[in-house]
Amino acid sequence: MTMSDTSRATDARRAMPQSLIALRNICVFLARTPTSAFGLIVLGVLIFTAIFAPLIATHDPYVQDLQNTLAPPDAAHFFGTDELGRDIFSRLVHGSRITLTIISLVTVVVGPIGLFMGTVAGYFGGRVDTVLMRITDIFLSFPSLILSLAFVAALGPSLNNAIIAISLTAWPPIARLARAETMTFRKADYIAAARLQGASPARIIWKSIVPMCLPSVMIRLTLNMATVILTAAGLGFLGLGAQPPMPEWGAMIATGRRYMIDSWWLVTFPGLAILSVSLAFNLLGDGLRDALDPKQMMKR
Amino acid sequence: MIPVTIEQMSMRFGAVKVLHDVNLTVQAGECFGLIGESGSGKSTVLRCASLLQDGWRGRAMIGDTSVRDMSVAQRCRSLQMVFQDPYGSLHPRHSVRTVLSEPLKIHAIGDAPDRMRAALRDVGLPAEFLDRYPHQMSGGQRQRVAIARALILDPKVVFLDEPTSALDVSVQAEILNLLMRLRSEKGFTYIMVSHDLAVVDHMCERFAVMQHGRIVEVLDRDAITGAGAKTSYARELIGASLAYENAL
Repeated sequence: MTMSDTSRATDARRAMPQSLIALRNICVFLARTPTSAFGLIVLGVLIFTAIFAPLIATHDPYVQDLQNTLAPPDAAHFFGTDELGRDIFSRLVHGSRITLTIISLVTVVVGPIGLFMGTVAGYFGGRVDTVLMRITDIFLSFPSLILSLAFVAALGPSLNNAIIAISLTAWPPIARLARAETMTFRKADYIAAARLQGASPARIIWKSIVPMCLPSVMIRLTLNMATVILTAAGLGFLGLGAQPPMPEWGAMIATGRRYMIDSWWLVTFPGLAILSVSLAFNLLGDGLRDALDPKQMMKR
Repeated sequence: MIPVTIEQMSMRFGAVKVLHDVNLTVQAGECFGLIGESGSGKSTVLRCASLLQDGWRGRAMIGDTSVRDMSVAQRCRSLQMVFQDPYGSLHPRHSVRTVLSEPLKIHAIGDAPDRMRAALRDVGLPAEFLDRYPHQMSGGQRQRVAIARALILDPKVVFLDEPTSALDVSVQAEILNLLMRLRSEKGFTYIMVSHDLAVVDHMCERFAVMQHGRIVEVLDRDAITGAGAKTSYARELIGASLAYENAL
């Protein structure tokens, strides 16, 4: 009795940290590489800004000041004001919330759909594979921006529809990746052993295959976030994403474009924000690829 | 203890016929060997009989019931398999605890902690190994875990697909002795695929020689040293193995 109690206590102590230790290892690894450390820092700043946007912003992002339009950057307005006298710094800060919303919602939608389609197609193979992969091919055969444009045009321009449209175009590469990964180990002995133990296909996919696919899917999703940001900004720029007066970065560039020659700050700062965030995700994805490499996991 | 019978098993992969009407009778509690060159269909017999591979013709019976007529749960609890490569047969991200508790969860068997500890004890591993991951174990320890996984559902028949060929010689002996001990303790019926005649000699009372998907001859253990093989292929194969061993 006492023996099983103590062993159960050690179980609890050991079961929990295993994932935490892995997470810590990954973070330490990322922080050690300069490029992915930059990605981590920018992502941290983005999240911090989004959470504390009202505290960081110096002005209300929606309040117009027609006496003070197109003012160059100075002490009162760090990044100047736009054509309606709104503070660009505050708009950028609030815009980080929109960007973060888009990224997280798209990722939450795209990850599971892609993983599901890919693992199911890869595990069952045959006709299931053909059907699911042809559906994937249909989505893949359009340039993603054009397809999202068509969706937004059909659904009506708004931020939510932009998110749906981007999700619809972003899952096929994930599905492809998950399928390819699944096919490399669907014949593995540990899958055969699971089948011999009577595990249902759903159980095998969830317990044995998904954990194996997860690292590469995570890497792909992180790298995808850069594209998602650019697509969202592109849709915003074309007036099909976030609608004015929302401080979406792409939409800010779109309106600032008209005053670009005289007032460079209108497009420069939102542009820099988009650039640094998408660059950060690219670098972070690259770093994750090194950190989650199974051969390196063995060493730890 | 329960006998295994394989009748008229044939299998083709596309245009290639890999098994031609294989017939085998394995007595209850026996360890039966299958030897032959690579590609002779030894492993395919096991994969077909365990229904890992479908699309074959013929019958595989455990006791009086065909494996096809058994429910999944019944089949899993009568038949388990130990695979060749202990590096590939354990999920790299599952701890020993997960490996052993999954089958218990699937079959809704209670008393999991005690059963897991008993299974580990049976294969000679301490209970602390429950929290190990495959990369934290040696090849022999992994193979012991794989055997424990096969034991945990209390099967009657265990298929051994070259269980020691991926291990080095000293570990091979340990694993073979473990398998022998388990058979005498639990009364398993074994069918063991091997291309190592010494292993077959050590483990099996009888063995079948396979070539190109056919059973060439079924022999007793004594036939290895006593040159009891009648067909020329079996004699050649045994002779080649013995010559190789003498050369070592």
